Parts: sequence; structure tokens; C-alpha cells
Amino acid sequence: MRIAGRGQVDRGTPVSFTFDGHSVQGFAGDTVASALLANDIKLVARSFKYHRPRGVMGAGSDEANALVTVGRGAHQEPNVRATMQEIYDGLEVRSQNRWPSLDVDLLAINDLAAPFLGAGFYYKTFMWPKAFWERVYEPIIRRSAGLGALSGEHNEDLYEKAFAFCDLLVIGAGPAGLMAAVTAARAGAEVLLVDEDSVLGGRLNGEREEIDGIPAAEWVADVVDELASMPNVRLMPRTTVTGAYDQGTFGALERVGHHLSGANGRPLECFWRIVAKRTILCAGAIERPIAFKNNDRPGIMGAAAVRTYLHRYGVAPGRAVTVFTNNDDGHRTARDLKAAGVHVTAVLDSRKDGPDGEGYPVIRGAEVCDTGGRKALESVSYRTVSGEEKLGTDCLAVTGGWNPTVHLTCHMNGRPEWREDIQSFGPVEGMVLGLTTAGACNGTFSTTGALKEGAEKAKEAVEVLGFEVGGADMPLAEDAPYNMEPLWAVAGRGRAWLDFQNDVTVKDVKQAAKENFRSVEHMKRYTTQGMAPDQGKNSNMGALAVLADATGRGIPETGTTTFRPPFVPVSIAALGAGGQGTGFAPERFTTSHDASVTDGAPMIEAGLWFRPSFYPKAGETKWRQSCDREVRMVRNAVGVCDVSTLGKIDIQGPDAGAFLDFVYTNTFSTLKVGKVRYGLMLREDGTVMDDGTTARLGDAHFVMTTTTAAAGPVMRHLEYVHQCLRPELDVSMVSVTEQWAQFAVAGPKARELLSGIVGEGINEESFPFMGCGEITVGGVRGRLFRISFSGEHAYEIAVPARYGESLYQALVQKAEALGGGAYGMEALNVLRIEKGFITHSEIHGRTTAFDIGMERMVSAKKDCIGKTMSERPGLSGAEREQLVGLKPVGAVKQLTAGAHLFEVDAEPVRENEQGYTTSVGFSPTFERFLGLAFLRNGRARHGEQVMMVDHLRGVNARCEVCDPVFFDPEGGRMRG
Amino acid sequence: MRLTCPRCGERDRREFYYQGDAVALNRPDPEASDVVWDDYLHNRDNPAGVTRDLWYHEGGCGAWIVVTRNTLTHEVLATELASDVKEAGA
Repeated sequence: MRIAGRGQVDRGTPVSFTFDGHSVQGFAGDTVASALLANDIKLVARSFKYHRPRGVMGAGSDEANALVTVGRGAHQEPNVRATMQEIYDGLEVRSQNRWPSLDVDLLAINDLAAPFLGAGFYYKTFMWPKAFWERVYEPIIRRSAGLGALSGEHNEDLYEKAFAFCDLLVIGAGPAGLMAAVTAARAGAEVLLVDEDSVLGGRLNGEREEIDGIPAAEWVADVVDELASMPNVRLMPRTTVTGAYDQGTFGALERVGHHLSGANGRPLECFWRIVAKRTILCAGAIERPIAFKNNDRPGIMGAAAVRTYLHRYGVAPGRAVTVFTNNDDGHRTARDLKAAGVHVTAVLDSRKDGPDGEGYPVIRGAEVCDTGGRKALESVSYRTVSGEEKLGTDCLAVTGGWNPTVHLTCHMNGRPEWREDIQSFGPVEGMVLGLTTAGACNGTFSTTGALKEGAEKAKEAVEVLGFEVGGADMPLAEDAPYNMEPLWAVAGRGRAWLDFQNDVTVKDVKQAAKENFRSVEHMKRYTTQGMAPDQGKNSNMGALAVLADATGRGIPETGTTTFRPPFVPVSIAALGAGGQGTGFAPERFTTSHDASVTDGAPMIEAGLWFRPSFYPKAGETKWRQSCDREVRMVRNAVGVCDVSTLGKIDIQGPDAGAFLDFVYTNTFSTLKVGKVRYGLMLREDGTVMDDGTTARLGDAHFVMTTTTAAAGPVMRHLEYVHQCLRPELDVSMVSVTEQWAQFAVAGPKARELLSGIVGEGINEESFPFMGCGEITVGGVRGRLFRISFSGEHAYEIAVPARYGESLYQALVQKAEALGGGAYGMEALNVLRIEKGFITHSEIHGRTTAFDIGMERMVSAKKDCIGKTMSERPGLSGAEREQLVGLKPVGAVKQLTAGAHLFEVDAEPVRENEQGYTTSVGFSPTFERFLGLAFLRNGRARHGEQVMMVDHLRGVNARCEVCDPVFFDPEGGRMRG
Repeated sequence: MRLTCPRCGERDRREFYYQGDAVALNRPDPEASDVVWDDYLHNRDNPAGVTRDLWYHEGGCGAWIVVTRNTLTHEVLATELASDVKEAGA
């Protein structure tokens, strides 16, 4: 019911939205919860397990009952707290966990079965038969229990991430937070003021009180205006700080577009990483309920929430309101309602010495022992020493006191401390380095106390940072003492709810204790207390108290469960903003990418790079046809392939040669200028790390190439070796992978092709095998390397990347004129298998130089990374699996990679395994499959036969073991 | 988590690559015993308290850094260039 003349909603701006398809009217500034209450809609949800009718309970992010689904299809968002969702025209809201409708929910049958559905029910019941769990029990339970559901459609909404830095982060903009922010800001500090509400002010917006003689809301507006006008202040409403992390880092979720119709390019949410030199937590406190029989009916709410609806939204949640309290705040609710003309049935004060009523009846020493009304509260029964009475009422405002919102102070493994004075857990200084607390979250509940503490803590914090804080008058406000007498649960039979969101009752917690789940962490997991999206914000304290009572311990000894981030649910989409779909990993493209795509080449990923698989020509329908043609083309004419993805590291300095001698197993300091050498790199543990060629361009100038996949790790390794092990060497290095476009030109006609492109003459003298040098290409300075990964007469030509595309096109055009063309990864792979060249399929992190037949490359004359450990026993010898070639010789002509090798007549089981295949391919040159494999004592077994068994693909092939170099073992074609 | 690169200043942890214990700086003599090499490569303390480890400013200047930090409080106590530490003979 809306009360005329009250609240801060904009009565001039009506807003219309739908709830379960029915149109509902509210005003700008309303939340879904306040608008529903204004329209007397009490039943808004069904509970998790028992499908009990539930209504709005609170007014903030701690809401346990009123979870709804917003939007539809790809935009559907489940478990939105109706108390946090602002309304806008066209907003579509639906209730959850009911079938067929909220009003008639057939699954409410669970409520009748409640005696059987208590704590541990699933663990005890669905044990047998075992196979039924996944196929029968779990699907049924999942259908009948739960909260909202996802649509299953791909989320297309926009999300964002951002970073912020400040001197002082103030979390929470209530009285303490506003004073802290304004104190620090006036001193000149960079201040970030963050609050999860859409308007700043915290509880001041929900109370009827005065600060410095003016209404609190006006005081808030003045302070916010001042803050907003200051360039060193950033105000962040609708932003919840979700976690505290190391070195003053905080995670925060900003609801950017949730309150707007149509995002218009705005993101829905933004996940912030805030780095603060100092932080003041002013997160306030959460009102705690009292457990009593049937305390979950729609209409039973928090007493402070009732005041918030009255003062902020101008809504009375009932026409005849009863208050149940153990502290003076309950009387405050009654006073405010009375002043607004709402009928107050009675204040039931559990204390014997509660204050007198001001125009409403007060019943002292009263405890609510039952309630009536199915889909909305109709009556309340209470008990006093003189017996039991029943009152007709449609709203029960309950308060059991306040719990400081200490969550963030505990995120770094800190434990809060029990405070006798407030009968709750409070924060301890230093639990998060650089963070202090002020106001209600520090147990300071009066407005005056909060204002003062906010100002004082801010002064301390910014003075440490070197700012000077001037003297200012402290505003005057309410300073009532906190009079509370603990009451957690009213004794009696029947179900009394603790955790409304997970349907956990007092009985469940007692049962857990009885079954010896006495530790609070065990009780939590056995009963699911505090495990729902609200993480027990308003229920954990009550459950602790009940557990403490049931186990005969005090609450401090019982302790709390662990508070972990996030404080509120955070969507994965916000955490992973920018990483949806292909955004997850960056994509790297070579300069020839567009040309390859134009030619129809399917692109495959190699690391983050995209490389052409093969170039289909007209009439080729299978990849093998293209691949075979490209291999023959290279063997018989000339092929062009983009090899820019290989890592290129420029290494310069007087000690560059000595440095390379230390990272490579073989010697580079003796390499002549203008020559290239193949190098092998080990890890310090003696295993092969990477291989590649390094060219000497000058006395003190080398260019190293690495494999595509290892470009990053090798760069890191080189810097490590230099800075951490040999800083005395005068050498420096930089990755130039992206600065140079590099193309392999391979085949008998390679020199003929390049002669038409390179300015200088290319002959055996100027560019002998393994020679290199500077060249000009169309006036551009480039580099040419006479190296071969195919076994053919071949070169790699490099130009600055900006000329890569045009050079590639010129090379391909020339190649085609000579009967050749571009070749892709498939052909490249077959060419190198024919030649027995290794890749990371062979040097996969478990092979040694000995295994690949390169032990002689580990120079005996010098030390190098990995040398000592490569000499360990067990890293060489006959027992090692060694690189061999395989040729199928039986009826099955196919080889597969990853298959295992066995002796011909041995049973193909693990104990008999002799080795495995690493690379295979169909060789058009030899017109048969060829394979590279590791075979135990393989080098001594050339000529023997083995069985290749691929258990996974069901391929068994008899093979002959041979030298891994199938093609041109003398190397005449490469050198010639 | 924030780390201070001696060259670039305070940066987010995401810019750094974590290697492991700074004991890696003390590479043994090639002729040292198997036990010494085994220790260097494989055996690490797991202290509850102050530890020194190596980080690489991969998303920044490429400096290798020795970070002294407390594994209990997560305080970062000092950061130094690994090359300086090595040259000082640590």
C-alpha cells in the first residue's frame, strides 16, 4: 500500500512492468520489491526445497526470499534479488521454482513430506541402488528443488572490466562512509566512494531522523553534492565490492545497465579491480531475524526493512502491522508507522523491561509462537507468562538485532571476534592489511557514532599517506544506545526457519548436532545452512547460536564459518568480460593471412597463430589431394610457405657468442659471420627444450629462430639465463617475431625464383648451404638464409613485416610461373617427416639429446644449460626409447600418430610396450605412409619388424624399423 | 596482488610470470655432485613465512625480479632486479 506524501520515489514518473505476465505500476526510484509491496502483492516466490509461499523479507542485497527471474531468452537472468532490481518501463519479471504457477504450485506437495525431507535426507535415502543416483534420483531432485534457471541460450549481453586506483577506497556510503569520504576528499586525497545501492546514503535513506537539524536525506544530498563537485572524488553507486585481495586490491561488480531499458551499447555489468592505498569499510550491518514456528510466511519481514519501505519508497507493507522485537529498534518501526498513519496492532517485545508504547500497545515478555495464513500472513500467535493469544495482522516486522557486515574483513583468512556487547561477531583491526572499519560494520550502531568514526578513521588513513586534515565540526544526530537482549529462536515444536533461501530450520541444525556434525563447518555442509546465493547473510548468526545451544558450547567457541568472496553473486560473464567466444584467446595473423584465406586455405591454429592447412585447387575434394600435390610441387619445382610464426630473437653484444654457447649445447662463438647453424637447447634437467637455427649477421649480432610454440618460453628462458645466471655477459636480446615477415622458398627451382626477386646475385658463393646475409628486395632491405626444413635446396627470405604481404604475393606468383606455388602446414609436415626432421611432437618434454640421436651435439668442451644433468644415468643407453623411422610392411598400410609399438608376436598390453609413434603422414614421394617413432633401443633395431597398435582407433600395422631420415639421407639435394 | 618492478614501478600481478624459489640463482658448478644438482633442481622449502622467489616481468620490461614476501600475510617485503642480486653474489 502506497502512503501519500512519503518516500523518495518520483511520483511524477510512473513506470510499468510485468510480474508473471501481469502489469504492475510503480514509480521511478522503485525496486521490484517496493513496487510489488505497493500493489499489495505479497506472494513473490516459492522456497527452495518445500515450495513454501514466500514474500519480500528485506530491502537490500541480503534478501533471502524474493528471488526472481528478469528478462527472457538469451537475456534471461535468474535469481535476481527483487530488492536490488530497479524497475523500468517494459521490465519483465517472473517468479521461480514453481509449477505450473506461483499461485498453484503442485510441487508444494514437498511441504507435506517435510517430516522426511530434513537435514541429511538425500545422503541417507538415495543410497541404493547406486546406479540410480545419476539417472533417476538426481534428475528428480533437480527438477523439484532449486531456484531460478538459465535459458540455455548463448548470453549475448555486453560485459566490461575496468581498473581503478585511489588513495582511499570507502566501501559503503552510509553515515560513516559519507563522513569518511568527505573528510579524506577535503584533505585532497583521491577518493573512491562505492555503494551497492542506486542512491548513496545507506540506512539514512530508510530512517526518519535529523542530522544537524535537517532531515537526514537532505544532509545526504548536500554531502553527495559536495563530493560530486570535487575532481578528486569518484562516486560509484550500484557497485558492490565483492572481495578483498592482496596489496589493497578489491574486486567490485558495477550494475551498469540492469536498471535501464535497452542497453544502447552500455554493458550490463562491469567488473572492477580497484587498487587502494588505504581502505575504510563502512558496510553497515544486517538485521537478523528471529526463528519461530512458521516464521517464513509472506508478510513477515525485517523491522528495518519495513522502515525502509515506508521512508524511502512511501510503501506500507501491511495495513495492520505487528512488531516482534528483542531491542529498541522494533519500537522505532512502530513509531514511524504510527506517524505515517499505519495501524500498529502491537509491539511484542521479548524483553520484560522494554519501553512504553507511543500510541500503540506494547506486550512485554512476549514471544511469537506461531503464525497463520497460507499465501499471506493473516494472524500471529504469541506467548506470555499468562498464556497464548492470537492477533489478526497482515504484516509482522521482526528484529533480532544487528550483525556487523564483516565479510570483507575476513576474505584474507582473518577471523572475526565475538563481541559480548552487541552479541555478534565484529571485525579485528589488521585482518586485511591497509583496511580499517567504521560505523555499524564495526559495531557502532548509532548515527552519531558512525559519523564520528567515519571522520576519525579517514583522518588517520589519509594522514598516513601525507595529507593534512583540517578541523571540522562533527554533525549532530541520533545517539541512542543499542538496547538488545539476545533471542535467537523461540522454543517450541514445529518448523522455525533459519535459512530461508535454503529451507534450513532450527530442527535441521539440532539434528546435525545430534548426528555429531558439531563443527560449524560440518553443520553447514550437512544442512546446507548458508550455502545459497545469499550465503546466509541474515541467517548464519542464528544458526550458530542454535548449534552452540544444541552442543552446549558458547557462540564464541562454536565460531563462524569462513567468509569467502564474492560478497554477492557475480556472473561469470562479468568476471570474464572481453573473453566471450573468440575473445577468450588473442588471435595472431601473419601478413599472408588474407591472401591464404582468399585462396581458400582452411586456417588452423598453431599456438595463437593462424596458419594455412593447404591450398585447394579446382577439382581437389580431399585435403590429401592438395597436400600430395604441394609435396610433389616442392620436390619437383618450388613452393612458398609463410614461416613468420617461428620465434625470432635478435641477440646483440660483445658476449653474444659466449651467451649462445651457454644456452645451446653446441658452439656458436666459432660460427662465422654470414653463416647459420642448427642449435639444440636443453632444460637444466637435461631434457630437450627447443631447437632451431641461429644466424650470425655480424661479430656481435645473432638472430635466433625458435619453434612457433616455444617462442615465448625460449625468450623467457634466454632472459632468465642472462639476468639470473650470467649477468656479467655483455649481451641484450629482444623478440622480433612480429617485426619480420619470413617465407620459406623450397625446391629445385628456389634459386631461380629468388633470382628474379632479390636485387643481389644468388649463387653458391654468395649463399652457400647454411649461409646468410643482407639483401634488397624491391629497394627494401631484407635478409636471406639458405636453410631447409624440407630437404630441398631452400631459402628463407625475410623483410620488415609491413612488406610481407606484397613479398608473399610476388613469391607465389613467381612460383606458379615455375610450376610451383604456395604450400601449407600439411605439406610442410610431410616434407619434414620424409626428411626425418623433428618438431615438438618429438621434443615433447620427455626426450633427451640421446633419444633423438643428437648426443654428439652436446659439446664436451664447454658447459651449457642442461649439460650436467643430461649426463645422468638413465638419460642415455639401450633402455631409452630412441627416434626411429617406421614403414608399414604388412597388409595394413596406414600409420597413426600416438599408437604404441610391440614386438610382432607380443600381446599388445602395457607391460609389453616398446615405444610409440609421434608423427606420421602419407608420403607422395615414396607413395606410402611414413612414421617417426620412439622405440626402445631403436637405433640398434633398424631392419627389425614391430607391430604398431592403435587401441583407440583400432589400427594394427606391421612395420619395419628404419633410419628416421627417409629422403636423401646424404643431403645432396639440400646442399646442391 | 601487486608487485613493484624495480624498473617500471608497482604493477598488477597479471603482468608477471612466476618461476619459483630464488634458489635458482645459485647454479652449482658443473662438476658438483649429483646431490648438489638434485637439490638445486628439485628440492624446495615450503616456508610458512618469509620466502624469496623469482618473477619475470613478461608483460612489461622483461626484468627478472627477486621478490621477498611473506606467505602467511601475503606482504611483499622487497623486490630487486635478479641481475643485481646475482652480481652482488647472493
